[in-house]
Amino acid sequence: MNSTPILQNRTMFLAVASIIVLLGSLLLPSATYSQVDTFEFDTEEQQNRFRTLSDELRCPMCQNSSLSGSTGGVAEDLRREIHRMIMEGRSDSEIIQFMFERYGDFILFRPRLTAGTVLLWFGPLLFLLIGGLIAFGIWRRARKISDSDTELNKSQQERLQQLLGDKT
Amino acid sequence: MGKLKFYLPVLGFVVVAIALWRGLYLDTKTLPSMLIDKPMPNFELTSVDGSDVSNSDLPAQIFLLNVWGSYCLPCLIEHPTLMRLSEEGEIPVVGVNYRDRQDLAIDWLQENGNPFSFSILDESGRFGIDLGVYGAPETYLVDANGVIRFRHVSVLDETVWREQFLPAIAELREEEGR
Repeated sequence: MNSTPILQNRTMFLAVASIIVLLGSLLLPSATYSQVDTFEFDTEEQQNRFRTLSDELRCPMCQNSSLSGSTGGVAEDLRREIHRMIMEGRSDSEIIQFMFERYGDFILFRPRLTAGTVLLWFGPLLFLLIGGLIAFGIWRRARKISDSDTELNKSQQERLQQLLGDKT
Repeated sequence: MGKLKFYLPVLGFVVVAIALWRGLYLDTKTLPSMLIDKPMPNFELTSVDGSDVSNSDLPAQIFLLNVWGSYCLPCLIEHPTLMRLSEEGEIPVVGVNYRDRQDLAIDWLQENGNPFSFSILDESGRFGIDLGVYGAPETYLVDANGVIRFRHVSVLDETVWREQFLPAIAELREEEGR
């Protein structure tokens, strides 16, 4: 019987450890395998803008990687364009507009809020609401049942006494 | 009421199942073009054979703009269709030699035949970006006013020509006739 608490502790420890590892991996930057470019910038700020933009824009050819993580020809060209526009002094929103005009919503990892993307943006919230309402309904009904059914009526009381009486 | 409570989740399941089932067959690889109903982007470039070309050199009638490259294997598959269209005079075909090398492009045309009135040389892919190209082959249908009306991504074979391009062209002709 002594081994049970230790086993429980170990299982507990493993569970906590794996949760920590999982959460930790969420904090790590994903997709660290970015392409090495030889672009030169005047300031560090320009370089950071370049990194952010090429992480936030999606490669049109390769579906699920960003411009920074893709070896595709068009991704290479678009990174060069971003560099050119940054050096020309264009703002981030101008650069994103340039990309949007040519490649549409697809190129934005964060699509714009339009009639067509409303469900994409608020769908999860909608489903959470529906699920929450259902859960609330179940909880309320369960409470009502447990409230009303704990009282025993007279014949049930008698039966209970009888059973207890039999035992003692 | 009790019956509704039973059927509501079932109905919900069926609706979601149908939506997801359809989702399995959605084509997520073909992006819609942003340039539909917009004029051809401006260009002042050279052609594969070395002459200067700009928007004024484009045919003043409905034509195809085909994005190709000597490295592009699917381009070889659609090549006989482009050859037939241009040889039979069905529609003028203008090429965009996309992210290629001029010498390789010239060799490729010599070897396989040249269906293009001319091919815009786009070695850097910069003109391709203005068109919203993301890989050869792509084919654009441009109307007599130089406005892009339709885009097909990947191989243009006889079936695609018959089922997608011919109806689109018929529609444009009808529009022009009006």
